[in-house]
Amino acid sequence: MLRKTFESEIKQVKDDVLMLGSMVEKALLDSVEALKKRDINEARKIFEEDAEINKKRFEIESQLMILIATQQPMAKDLRILASTLEIVSELERMGDYAKGIANINIRMGDEALLKPLIDVPRMANKGVDMLHRALTAFINEDMETAKTLPVEDDEVDALYNQIYRELMTYVIADPKTIERANWLLWVAHNLERFADRVTNICERTIFIVTGELGEIKSSDDEFWKQQH
Amino acid sequence: MQPLLNLKSQPSEGIQNQQNLALKMNIQNLSVYYGKFRALKEINLRIYANKITAIIGPSGCGKSTLLRSFNRMNDLTPSAHVDGEILLDGENLNTAGADIVDVRRRIGMVFQRPNPFPKSIYDNVTYGPRLYGIRKKSDLDEIVEKSLKQAALWDEVKDKLNQSGLSISGGQQQRLCIARALAVEPEVILMDEPASALDPISTLRIEELMQEIVKDYTIIIVTHNMQQAARVSNFTAMMMINDERAGTLVEFDDTHVIFTNPKDKRTEDYVTGRFG
Repeated sequence: MLRKTFESEIKQVKDDVLMLGSMVEKALLDSVEALKKRDINEARKIFEEDAEINKKRFEIESQLMILIATQQPMAKDLRILASTLEIVSELERMGDYAKGIANINIRMGDEALLKPLIDVPRMANKGVDMLHRALTAFINEDMETAKTLPVEDDEVDALYNQIYRELMTYVIADPKTIERANWLLWVAHNLERFADRVTNICERTIFIVTGELGEIKSSDDEFWKQQH
Repeated sequence: MQPLLNLKSQPSEGIQNQQNLALKMNIQNLSVYYGKFRALKEINLRIYANKITAIIGPSGCGKSTLLRSFNRMNDLTPSAHVDGEILLDGENLNTAGADIVDVRRRIGMVFQRPNPFPKSIYDNVTYGPRLYGIRKKSDLDEIVEKSLKQAALWDEVKDKLNQSGLSISGGQQQRLCIARALAVEPEVILMDEPASALDPISTLRIEELMQEIVKDYTIIIVTHNMQQAARVSNFTAMMMINDERAGTLVEFDDTHVIFTNPKDKRTEDYVTGRFG
């Protein structure tokens, strides 16, 4: 087999993507945990550590640029490297959602949570689980998982819907809760967007395997139609 | 899935948009034998007018043999024998009655190493036209200027047309050979690794030149340089030897398909450098 060096460099990049993915997963779970405990110090730490995620993304991006320039990849190699560029940018944005949740926690200050968090951690766990499996499918070029995983986004959307309705009942009962409800709605919105981006990662895995670059239909559109 | 960009090859031959494509040459069941040895086996290939078709594949897979059969250069090898049809605008060139001199005027060739005649630049370009009976100085002058301009060499040599064709640089010599091929107004130009003996800048010049002249000609290029095939050609034919050591066509498709999502595993392995 020729191109051993190139292949080991591709493998190294994939390992780094997994590393970046686990940094993002940890940041998201930690941000929700900190919110649950209203631990502002922890939230500040997560907020600052987002810089590490960004740094890792740029490192991988420059590794990819060097590989493209020096190895002139073709066919599947090209699709892997081009897709990885896209995936690391998705991961970086997903890290921003964790940072966003930490930021909400900080800005809430002394204010107590409007209600104990139940569905919010569920959303976070589901999103992280989906991301984990999406990255595994990317590494293994597992098209079946990449195709079926986005369907699970519906569960996240359903939770978001549920949180939205629940918070509205608080607001209707007592309009003074509007700000505290809004904080939580923003948290849920960050988590909803987080899971959406898993679909984008799956689209890239399908592209690597088949060469077809397309949008996986999500029920999000339906969801937004229902809301508005 | 809603494909936005489909890099998948289409089943028939692959070419995605055949409208606006005019067929210039059609190679049908072409086999080439050297004595009893079959060097090429049943090649079927379409060459489209005013397009650049690249032929790629590992060493010894018969790329040059295929190219040389297009203008019956294999006739010059005593033991060679060519079966099948080579249609140029529908007319079979692989018949005993075909006028070989005319075939080679209509289908010109540029070789790997620049091979100008040891004559002046002017005489190199006018060699073909004179052979075909053009004598008038003003006509020949016009051919020289036109051909050298087409070959992007005119500005560099217009003040030294009487100097030897061997006195200029390698890259310029290759462009002189292209000008020489263009001087007889061929319809198809065969290029056998035209840039492999040239430095990178001269290589890019030749590639630019190909892109310029393809509006008037049909070009077929054999190249080992895959980046070159990817950069310069519209269509790519991938060849390999089969179990009987005969060259066969593995895949033919739009160049962007061959280099982003080929359908044959052997093409994938070759263009990604896994073998060859």
